[in-house]
Amino acid sequence: MIKKIGGFLWITLGLVAILLLTFACLGIPVFRSAGLIAQGSFGTWNDFTRTLVKTTPLLLTALGVLVAWRAGMYNIGGEGQFVIGGLSGAAVAQFAPGLPPSLMLGAILLATVLGGALYAGLAGWLHVKRGVQVVVSTILLNFIALEVLDWAVRGPLQEKKKQLPLTDLLAEGARLPRFSSQNDLHAGVIVAGLAVVIVGIVLFRTAWGYRVRLTGSNPGAAQAAGLRPGRIQVQAMMVSGALCGLAGGIEYTGMTAQIGTDLAQNWGFLAIPAALLGMLHPLGAGLASLYFGALFAGSKNLEAFTKAGSTIVFVVQAVAVLGFVWLSRWSEERALRREAEA
Amino acid sequence: MDLFLILRYCAPVGLAALGEVIHEKAGSINIGLEGMMLSGAFFAAWVSLATGNPWWGLAAGTLSALALMVLQCFFTIRLAIDQVVVGTATNLLALGLTGTLFRANFSKTALSNYPTLPKIGPLDPLLIVAIVLVPVVWWLLQRTKWGLAARATGEYPEAVVAAGFGVRKIRWQAAGLAGLLAGLAGSYLTLGFSGSFTENMTAGRGFVAIAMVTFGRWKPQWVFAGALLVGWLEALQFTLQSRSVQLPYQLMNALPYLAALAVLVIVGRGRGAPAALGIPWRRP
Repeated sequence: MIKKIGGFLWITLGLVAILLLTFACLGIPVFRSAGLIAQGSFGTWNDFTRTLVKTTPLLLTALGVLVAWRAGMYNIGGEGQFVIGGLSGAAVAQFAPGLPPSLMLGAILLATVLGGALYAGLAGWLHVKRGVQVVVSTILLNFIALEVLDWAVRGPLQEKKKQLPLTDLLAEGARLPRFSSQNDLHAGVIVAGLAVVIVGIVLFRTAWGYRVRLTGSNPGAAQAAGLRPGRIQVQAMMVSGALCGLAGGIEYTGMTAQIGTDLAQNWGFLAIPAALLGMLHPLGAGLASLYFGALFAGSKNLEAFTKAGSTIVFVVQAVAVLGFVWLSRWSEERALRREAEA
Repeated sequence: MDLFLILRYCAPVGLAALGEVIHEKAGSINIGLEGMMLSGAFFAAWVSLATGNPWWGLAAGTLSALALMVLQCFFTIRLAIDQVVVGTATNLLALGLTGTLFRANFSKTALSNYPTLPKIGPLDPLLIVAIVLVPVVWWLLQRTKWGLAARATGEYPEAVVAAGFGVRKIRWQAAGLAGLLAGLAGSYLTLGFSGSFTENMTAGRGFVAIAMVTFGRWKPQWVFAGALLVGWLEALQFTLQSRSVQLPYQLMNALPYLAALAVLVIVGRGRGAPAALGIPWRRP
């Protein structure tokens, strides 16, 4: 346990070092930028709520990614599942306006979960039935989803006046409750926190979670144990897509209240490094998402005062993943050498 | 329909896919292909603008993709780390670097008005390269000693070791060729194809190229045929528009991706796939 906490500490220190190094390499004033980011993400309570609000979609998609990857399914289609989820929710709002407000929010969120699950399940099913690599199919499905989004907000889901590429604003009662009028903090943050606990319990304390992990680490053993790896992989993909779809639904009902072509914001893509740096563990993913959420919240501040902007977060993520896998391989080899010597 | 138009649309995917055939035949999959193309596109445009010479741009774009490939291979080949993990990082790195440098140095909309490659008749030089490469890649893989060793590396690396070749060395060489072609493909996007750079302009072409390699059963001629199909679908939207056929433009945009997915579904499980594809090699 202490070793794990030590590991997290090292990762945290490494992440900060990488951020500063990235600034230095790109010729951006190092300490001023770091100060701007820190101020923009943790400066005041309102700044911190912005960090939490950015963390929420990232964390939910990161949880989705890690469930699929634990089953050996490289789902890099979180983006598409996020979009299809959000659109399914908007479709409910558009085509079932008669629902009582108390049911509307639940119905929308349910639709987002189902939409995401089915979209990811399709990729899982194609993998199992037709041998289509998930890495390739989920990426292709991302691009298709973005075109569907563009078409939907200019077509069947467009607002009543038919002017802007946006859906109608959700009624107040159908939005996630907010805590204050001063900031954007919404109940979705709590949902994301609960999701960490639930995914952790499901993965590590249930028989299904054990099957998922066994299938991912050793499909041969899973088969020999009488499991059907294909079926479990499709299920893991559906759970993964459900979480990504929910992330889209929470962004929709908690933040934007309407859907435009910019719904996805690359969350599905950014979630992959967050899940990896969290060592494919829900708690780790939570911490990594919080770090990147803070970077995003802070980079808005950076954008306003320097030429650098949110794209710098991609660089930090990439370098962090590479540094992380390098260190893990190094410590693995060191352990092996010690074993050989002993 | 205009054959040259189809060729122009096919060339970026085609060049990248021909490189990926060599790469995958030797047993590695390049998930970072998209990022390498993007990097090639950006640096080609930037250096062409800075030097006023598109050939320097072509060299810079190609080298930048090659540099990313070297970085990626240090992790996937030297350290034997999972290729999907590293490839994903490569893509993020390219997206972040090009985005940051682009925003820091240019207006946020587009980089344009730089010299592009001259044309030889109706053809760009890189189109000719792409066409010539189809038999060349076939010959390299099927008729040379190196090709035999590379194919064996992708099928059964243990045999390659027994025959006295180095598995890692061959994979490095194959990756070098693939990186070179990814860079050419990316540079072509800004120097021959569009005349401007915008953020994330590769728009999934790298992934479509990977899909076409599977579709073409790792045979250069069929892979290129797949790229032609994609090029035809991309060019189709203009033909249909000029005939005023009313289809949602989003459907036309999505067609190449839908087609790539459809062919993968139809072709089905990887008959003809290199047996050791995607498995990191560690010295026994």
